[in-house]
Amino acid sequence: MKTIKTSLLTKIAYGVMSASLSLNVLAASDGKVKIGVLADMGGTYADICGKGCVTATEMAIEDFGGEVLGKKIELVSADSQLKPDIASSIARKWVESEDVDTIGGLVSSAVSGAVSKVNLDNKKITLISGSASNSFTTDACNAYNVHWTYNVEAMANGTVKPMVESGKKNWFFITADYSFGHSLESVATTVITEKGGKVVGGVRAPLGTTDFSSYVLQAQASGADVVALANAGNDTVNALKAASEFGLTDQMDIAGLLVFTQNSQAMDPSVAAGMRLTTGFYWDMDDQARQWSARFEERHGGIPSMIHAGIYSATMHYLNSVKAVGTDESEAVIKHMKQNKPNDFFARNAELRGDGRMVHDMLYVEIKKASERKNKNDIYTILKIIPANEAYAPMLPQCDFS
Amino acid sequence: MNNLKLNILLLIIAVIAPAVFYPVFLAKILCFALFACAFNLLLGYAGLLSFGHAAFLGTGGYVTGYLMINTGLSPEIAIILGMVAGGILGAIFGKLAVKREGIYFAMVTLALAQLVFFFYLQAPFTNGEDGLQGVPRGAIFGLIDLSNNYTMYYFVLAIFILGYWIINRTVHSPFGQVLKAIRENEDRAISLGYEVNRYKWVAFIISAALASLAGSTKALVFNLASLTDVHWHMSGEVILMTLVGGVGTILGPILGAGIVVSMQNYLSGGELGNYIHIIMGFVFVVCVLSFRSGIVGQLLKFKRNNF
Amino acid sequence: MTTIFGINLFALFGQLLVGLINGSFYALLSLGLAIIFGLLKIINFAQGALYMLGAFCALLALKYLGINYWYALILVPIAVGIVGILMERFLIRPIANEDHLYSLLLTFGLALIIQGAFTHAFGSSGLSYSIPEELKGGIRLPFMYLPNYRAWIIVASIITCVGTWWMIEKTRLGAYLRAGTENPKLMQAFGINVPLLVTLTFGFGVALAGFAGVMAAPVYSVSPDMGSNILIVVFAIVVIGGMGSIGGAIITGLGMGIIEGLTKYFYPEASNTIIFLVMVVVLLLKPAGLFGKEA
Repeated sequence: MKTIKTSLLTKIAYGVMSASLSLNVLAASDGKVKIGVLADMGGTYADICGKGCVTATEMAIEDFGGEVLGKKIELVSADSQLKPDIASSIARKWVESEDVDTIGGLVSSAVSGAVSKVNLDNKKITLISGSASNSFTTDACNAYNVHWTYNVEAMANGTVKPMVESGKKNWFFITADYSFGHSLESVATTVITEKGGKVVGGVRAPLGTTDFSSYVLQAQASGADVVALANAGNDTVNALKAASEFGLTDQMDIAGLLVFTQNSQAMDPSVAAGMRLTTGFYWDMDDQARQWSARFEERHGGIPSMIHAGIYSATMHYLNSVKAVGTDESEAVIKHMKQNKPNDFFARNAELRGDGRMVHDMLYVEIKKASERKNKNDIYTILKIIPANEAYAPMLPQCDFS
Repeated sequence: MNNLKLNILLLIIAVIAPAVFYPVFLAKILCFALFACAFNLLLGYAGLLSFGHAAFLGTGGYVTGYLMINTGLSPEIAIILGMVAGGILGAIFGKLAVKREGIYFAMVTLALAQLVFFFYLQAPFTNGEDGLQGVPRGAIFGLIDLSNNYTMYYFVLAIFILGYWIINRTVHSPFGQVLKAIRENEDRAISLGYEVNRYKWVAFIISAALASLAGSTKALVFNLASLTDVHWHMSGEVILMTLVGGVGTILGPILGAGIVVSMQNYLSGGELGNYIHIIMGFVFVVCVLSFRSGIVGQLLKFKRNNF
Repeated sequence: MTTIFGINLFALFGQLLVGLINGSFYALLSLGLAIIFGLLKIINFAQGALYMLGAFCALLALKYLGINYWYALILVPIAVGIVGILMERFLIRPIANEDHLYSLLLTFGLALIIQGAFTHAFGSSGLSYSIPEELKGGIRLPFMYLPNYRAWIIVASIITCVGTWWMIEKTRLGAYLRAGTENPKLMQAFGINVPLLVTLTFGFGVALAGFAGVMAAPVYSVSPDMGSNILIVVFAIVVIGGMGSIGGAIITGLGMGIIEGLTKYFYPEASNTIIFLVMVVVLLLKPAGLFGKEA
């Protein structure tokens, strides 16, 4: 009883004192690894990185052996609701008062940006697997960002370049109106103009738009060769639905700049077949991928998206580095992560660069027609493997933290 | 126990609370408590239900956040400017809304707030869905660094006490008495020669400015100003806080804010995250059906009847 | 010759038509709200949630019971109407004598519960409901390709709105209804069961939301938040039209859809805001709304 009282008193004294002295309280390394996963449990991206992201992280921890540095690895997860304020306050609570060492998952650039800022203040590693914006390794780069899986450059390079090269010169954009959409549009625009094409117009649709009819009409009136959908998830599915309803698909080509496996699966093959896109992973790419995907499917009830595979790979690489350096202290761990190349069923020809960008081989695929599909999971034909160094833009010197 | 004693007790609790609880969480409660108190000034003392108070919370946050990121102003100045901006917006809202009563008043404020929401969604300086990220906390008067969570908490506490004091003074001033008279019987107040709409308008401005103060402070605590704070769900949440705690009581909104924020905090991390809206809706329904005077209101009734 | 004064007429007409389609939904939803408010003085915040419920009912009925679109168009509004009747009878009536603000707060809470429950059960990502076979395809107009289903939305909604207006303003039943809410005691003395009338009116207003939900299912993605997104716009429309004015709600609903379409052509950034701007202007010039009587 007495000890409780004194400890409470010291705590109070500490609280009052620190107020006037303004000490910096940063949770020091405690030797226990705790991983936080922030996902979208019920929103637009729930199928792409919702409970599946937690499952994939659990699998990584189990496959690793469940403990590191002699202690059990802990996992906490929460729903970001795709809102930066909610994500930021959960992240803050985790790293400041619950000793979380790294936060992964992170779908939606708005969420990742907010969490990355909190982690930078607290010197914790951000394992971004779900976001597309390239800002985490350019404008908003910092020493604690690790960006796995894919980004907008890889998507634009992979999907836009071959189309412009084949003579589709005039482009119209339907863009999701937030940072991810903007950066996807601007990166794609650069690729288009470099290759001699032209952007003839564009509209910005709010995230979660359900009726794309007026945007589709604008696209129709623009006289473009290609309508690029610079959005993701259900926005892409809904835009494509409106495009086919208003007969746009018969007049122009449609380029989905970011289409996940789950979306391709959900789209009506009569509408989507023949569409070409870029992805970081496909479950049926080879034996190693099939093996892991089968295990994932058994637990999750669906085939993995590239984000699911990516978060597994990122977590594994993180844990391996913690084990190798013998501490969960961020600087040492991230240094080791960057010095050693990840290599697993997901990470091919891969490297974690000094700016935190994980580059790896990407796939250029085409959506199969209904008649070509052997089962409901059989959706892509792989056209080509895009080598890592072609897929991603080179590192900016000011973002090299190696 | 008289009011002074109760206030001192609450103050002591507030001062030692960070020793037990995570200070950012406590600071969040205080921000929302101030927001709810400001809202209650209108609903509880002037009888006006605003369904658009999120506009002021958000305006405070965006203005202060923008100033902190883009100018070298110290936080107290940025907060004051955020509050002024909210007050001006409140003056405009109030001018349009006080002509109407009851449900009409609620609808007008809701629609005006929605206008503000779309403004912030599209204005380039707010970064749309991303919100203003990485708002620095700065140092008060350029001297006391707020980056420490404990320091921040005590700063928020000071702001809260200031806001609380202003509200208390307003309620107990002759001005507040006139407001109550208007709430009870508007026609009578008019016949006594009071310019009723003018009183309502001033009350609206005070309430809006204090709500913005809460928003400004919140932006500093979380280093972030986002659309959530301007969304109409937030306007609904503050009604819920006030209703749960007790409309028209001084302490009710504070208690209500504490309960709602703790509930969200507890639910958002765990398995029940999905249920948060269902539970909040349920609390709403129960309050309206059988608990209209709120927790503090019920306690006061109990005290009156038994002591 | 498709441009005059630099205006691309084809594109403009296209946007106007899409505006009219959206306006049809606005009209249906604001009509329901206006009936409930005009006759019962209840602001039904749950109207959006019930619209969503209608869309989900259609979807689930097709999936589990094999009820097709055309049957759903009749059965779903009845089902949603029954939900509304239960709501009125057991939740709203007990507080009927309290301040009207409480019914607003109560329905707000109910909206949260319904929306939360569907989010929990189906996620917020949205499901799709396909267009009925009979209405697939479209007509190629000179200025745009008009899908048949969209044309059907305009026709069906105008018929429903005009029919409802006629029933309330021109028939004996409508007269009872208006009288019963104006002076319940007197009507009761004439032997009219006023509480039943109130319950049925509420049920009917809510059924309109369910009907709009079924209509919307094939074109919008069926998702739990589809109702809350549209509800606030519909509220603004009811305020512009003059709260409680039934004809006003219909005309304003269609009109606002068209104005929104125009804005999408000339200044797309403001298309979300325009309705609220119109509302502010109307309130400044005519506080009771375009078709409302001074309170």
